[in-house]
Amino acid sequence: MNTTDIIQKIEDTLHTRIQEVEIKSTHRVSIWIDTEALLKAARVLLFELEFRFIIASAYQTKEGFEILYHFSFDPIGLIINVKVLLPEKKPEIESLCPILTAANWIEREMHELYGIFFINHPNLEKLISDGNWASGVYPYRRDHLTTESDI
Amino acid sequence: MSKTIIPIGPYHPLQEEPELFKLYCEGEIVKDVQWVTGYNHRGIEKLSESKTFDQVFFLVERICGICSTSHPFAFANAMEEIISIEIPDRAKYIRSIIGELERLHSHLLWVGLAGHFLGYNTVFMWAWKYREPVLDLFEMITGNRNSYAMFKIGGVRRDIENAKIPAIRKVLDMVRKKTDLLTGAVMDDPVIHARTKGVGILTKEDIREYGALGPTARASGVAIDVRKDDPYAAYPLVKWKVITATEGDVFAKAEVRLLEMYESISIIQQCLDGLLRAKEGEIEIQVREIPMGIGNGHAEAPRGEVFHFVKTDGSQYPVRHKIRAPSYMNIATFKKSCVGQTISDATIALAAVDPCYCCTERMAYAYDYKSGEKILDGNELLRLGQQKTDAMRKQLKRKP
Repeated sequence: MNTTDIIQKIEDTLHTRIQEVEIKSTHRVSIWIDTEALLKAARVLLFELEFRFIIASAYQTKEGFEILYHFSFDPIGLIINVKVLLPEKKPEIESLCPILTAANWIEREMHELYGIFFINHPNLEKLISDGNWASGVYPYRRDHLTTESDI
Repeated sequence: MSKTIIPIGPYHPLQEEPELFKLYCEGEIVKDVQWVTGYNHRGIEKLSESKTFDQVFFLVERICGICSTSHPFAFANAMEEIISIEIPDRAKYIRSIIGELERLHSHLLWVGLAGHFLGYNTVFMWAWKYREPVLDLFEMITGNRNSYAMFKIGGVRRDIENAKIPAIRKVLDMVRKKTDLLTGAVMDDPVIHARTKGVGILTKEDIREYGALGPTARASGVAIDVRKDDPYAAYPLVKWKVITATEGDVFAKAEVRLLEMYESISIIQQCLDGLLRAKEGEIEIQVREIPMGIGNGHAEAPRGEVFHFVKTDGSQYPVRHKIRAPSYMNIATFKKSCVGQTISDATIALAAVDPCYCCTERMAYAYDYKSGEKILDGNELLRLGQQKTDAMRKQLKRKP
């Protein structure tokens, strides 16, 4: 399967849920999708197209919280970044854990550092900060003085 | 009266060292494994945002002592993707040489540790002794035994002069001979077979489920290797093959690592030939500005794929720098490889994944599954593993 076929298959599955597709090269593609379409996109990538989950990166912008899910198709060295944008006031999204264990720790980390809530995650506890770090204070947020009560 | 709170631990003279793995056991069998961490969180991703791009190399190199080159490698790949440049051939060869030399010394280190966990202290001494010339080579080429500061955006910071090549080849020949010795010692020993075959098995499905990488994945028959899948630096310019095994147990992981060392030696020899063909001194492209964009850079570290995601906005600093080391994915597989094993096999099953932090005997403790009481500390776990080997050795000697 080459990159064009793969993108076609994703577009066929997600239709109007795709906001934008950016093809930087045959090896690097970014797709912006609606937040609700994440599990559908992950299913087609992981199970039908047999991609591998690399990791997810979260990042806070003026518009809200962006999460990029990085998937790799190793036979041709293609990396697809699936991007979702979460509103700043209520950053929630469905967890990938029910379909892929590999997402477990990174979702815990994103929750711990940014305060993003992953629905249906089996155990959204702290992962990488020491047990003494205060709850409700999310260190990677730009407005680090905001606590949970302000949201 | 005011209260004083005295914090105790994780580091305290009367307490044991910070625990990493908690093995919950019922009798001899491990029923569950928990990973507890966080004390050493250094905030590197956040730090990176306050460093200029040249400074980030020095920062990410110190993420890990053993696979220290793979982080600058992946970061350089990410940045060069954003800028869309191709570095000179000589720089490609030098990058691959450094990367493969690192793979050599990392695998040698692991072989030594595995020997130690199993109770073969001679293997440990030998592996680490034959590692020394590789570290000396690094000192000759880069000035340091680890953290080499060789990478920059657009190329490498120092040349490997052609005059140094014969010395490098001499060390490689010696390492190859000693690898023959170690491979023979490990692969043919019946006690090592008995201790590592069928232990800590991960199936292909486990690898896919956990997103495991590197030799851990290749030992289960999943042939993923960034150097082949998304080639970078000099890897597409030289001939080499991806090493895989099928059983997915500790023995297979050891086999994959040992055989990979031969491939590394071959790659380095071919890269040295490449250096002789390329013009001496042409080791970088000048880069003035970093445009806005995103870069996905990955490199094959000794433990698997290292992934760096960088977002730039045209300024001198990265806006976001996400770093994912291979052990982040590999360590989670202990749920599958350790549960159901006996306690004495747990240390070697954990070590087989080659977790990239001080994988010393302090890494695991055993707890009673029902009561949660601690029953064995790290030293005792290690001794259990070594005793089992002794017992097996005696048993095998008694057989006619």
